[in-house]
Amino acid sequence: MVDESSLAPVPSSVSQVLPADLLLATELCKSFGGIRAVDHAEIRVARGSITGLIGPNGAGKTTLFNLLCNFITPDQGRVIFDGVPISHLPPHQVALQGLLRTFQVPRVLSRLSVLENMLLAAPLQTGEKFWNSWLQPLRIRQEEQELRQRAWAILESVGLAAKANDYAGALSGGQRKLLEMGRVMMHRPRMVLLDEPTAGVNPTLINQICEHIVRWNQGGVTFLIIEHNMDVVMSLCQHIWVLAEGKNLADGPPREIQTNPEVLRAYLGQ
Amino acid sequence: MVGYLISLGIFTATFALFSLGLNLHWGYTGLINFGHVGFLAIGSYTTILLGIAGVPMFFAVFAGVVLAMGLGFSMGMATLRLREDYLAIVTIGMAEIVRLIALNEDWLTRGGRGVYGFPLPFAQFNPNIPTKLGMIALFWAVVGAAAWQWWQWLERQYGRSRLRWLLPSYAALLIAGTLSLWATLLPLSLGREIAIFPLVLTLLTLGGAIALVSHYCRPDKPAVIPIALNTLAAALGGLVVKALTLGLWDFSYRAGLLWLLVLVLALVVWQLERLIHSPWGRVLKAIREDEEVAKALGKNVFAYKMQSLLLGGAIAAVAGSFYAWQLTFINPDGFVSLITFQGWTIVVLGGAGNNMGPLLGAALFWAYTALTRFIPLDGGRLEALRMMLIGLVLIILMMWRPQGILGKKEELSLGR
Repeated sequence: MVDESSLAPVPSSVSQVLPADLLLATELCKSFGGIRAVDHAEIRVARGSITGLIGPNGAGKTTLFNLLCNFITPDQGRVIFDGVPISHLPPHQVALQGLLRTFQVPRVLSRLSVLENMLLAAPLQTGEKFWNSWLQPLRIRQEEQELRQRAWAILESVGLAAKANDYAGALSGGQRKLLEMGRVMMHRPRMVLLDEPTAGVNPTLINQICEHIVRWNQGGVTFLIIEHNMDVVMSLCQHIWVLAEGKNLADGPPREIQTNPEVLRAYLGQ
Repeated sequence: MVGYLISLGIFTATFALFSLGLNLHWGYTGLINFGHVGFLAIGSYTTILLGIAGVPMFFAVFAGVVLAMGLGFSMGMATLRLREDYLAIVTIGMAEIVRLIALNEDWLTRGGRGVYGFPLPFAQFNPNIPTKLGMIALFWAVVGAAAWQWWQWLERQYGRSRLRWLLPSYAALLIAGTLSLWATLLPLSLGREIAIFPLVLTLLTLGGAIALVSHYCRPDKPAVIPIALNTLAAALGGLVVKALTLGLWDFSYRAGLLWLLVLVLALVVWQLERLIHSPWGRVLKAIREDEEVAKALGKNVFAYKMQSLLLGGAIAAVAGSFYAWQLTFINPDGFVSLITFQGWTIVVLGGAGNNMGPLLGAALFWAYTALTRFIPLDGGRLEALRMMLIGLVLIILMMWRPQGILGKKEELSLGR
């Protein structure tokens, strides 16, 4: 499928396609002016896994996320999600394929209620089409009912049910993280890109967030996680990719990464 | 007095309709549209020029709507993919282009000399008594529905369903208050001295109505001032209702126009409320809050912004037809950017992101215009003073209640 990628000047062992890969990105490049934020980066995420993406600050992790979802158009490279190339799709189409993302600083819709934030996320609702408000009012009402039930169930599972009718803008930082993750789950994603899910969150909540991630993962959702908290990364992830200065530095299981001298050098300096 | 109140009512309703479109753009979708008057101009000119050409009125209005949507489409294609400030710049330019075309394409629009003598709705309409009664009944049905919505809102705000048993007595007091207010103002409008007896009656009934609801609404927190303002607004609305009822009975062209306008306004508000509370409206509000999030959740942001732009433009085009019918003479001077900013004033005053906001804002704006007319200054100075005063009102409002009169206070304390 991606034969031409083997022509690229990267080790062929890295760019092999494994059938188990849900997400595969090869040769991704993005420059901002003279800065190469992402430089021939490569990433593979196995179906059903929790995969980590780490690297020092400014390594290009968030840019890579943006490239994967096409929030930023890559200068070159391709992204394949479940066998379908998605690098030419606009961001909302990428989401409709089942590849969802969260943001580093949680972005909630402030002047909508927590419940509305959840309801919004469900994909392809009948009532989202303008004319259907008149053509299919009954079906819309029925769908809303079902969505509400699902939203309540998710809100209860993440502990936000008591806040359902509050403005999302009134939530605390940790609650916003939970809402953002719950909202993504409302979409029934196949894969979720989490950008620092535990940044700025207290230790108790970190544990809760990890539990939610594991639970959702057992429910069949694949995760790719950017994270600076090494305890979280090492305990959650089955496979870790390391990025430094926009380039792949290493990848492997947590144990290997922890002892990899190059990774240590990148993090701690020479 | 009937004629004056009807004229005022027509202006208020036209601008309310105009601002409802703007509120859809800004208040619900977050689009900064500084060229709303362009839609108004296209709606006006298309309706009357086709009317002169002999096209039936309904189709002429419809053609205006379609052309305004065409304008919206080109605005949208040019800017909606860019950052939102570009939309502000392009819309203001587009509206000026429309006005300049109207000014310079003499063969089409008669340029600065303007267009007059175009067909008007109800101009040759002489209803018989059953038709008049039917029109009045339809009007009262709309008024009744609106009053009921308003009462339910009042209950939700100030006293929940405990207030319901008060409704009959409150309604009776309001009607009495309206009638006495009418009796007070009538001699005044004829240049006679104010009559003391009706004035006392007005104060007593309205005061009684305020006291009644305030006392029973929430024992812990009686909201006297909001209820007083609501009662006063209802009594003043009652004046217009009475004026239009009388006007429909002694049928005049303007009464017919206001009647039609009230029906259209009610229909538009009703359907907008439905849309805004549908999943479609939820996506618009999400785009207003943060379009990146909407995109990340799989919503086609561009398509929704475009739909909002087109729908708001279509509403403004309908307002444009009424604008022309009310003035009976239009030229490009009636479509300067000032009109757009009057629309913005109305939206901001009433409270963006609430379909009742433009209605209240338009009523306040025209009440203000009507009242300041009696200031003894010559034309130019009066106009300048008016602008200064409304600027001052907006500044004060921004300081004390930046969310607008009907905006929710809690929204202010929210972080992004």
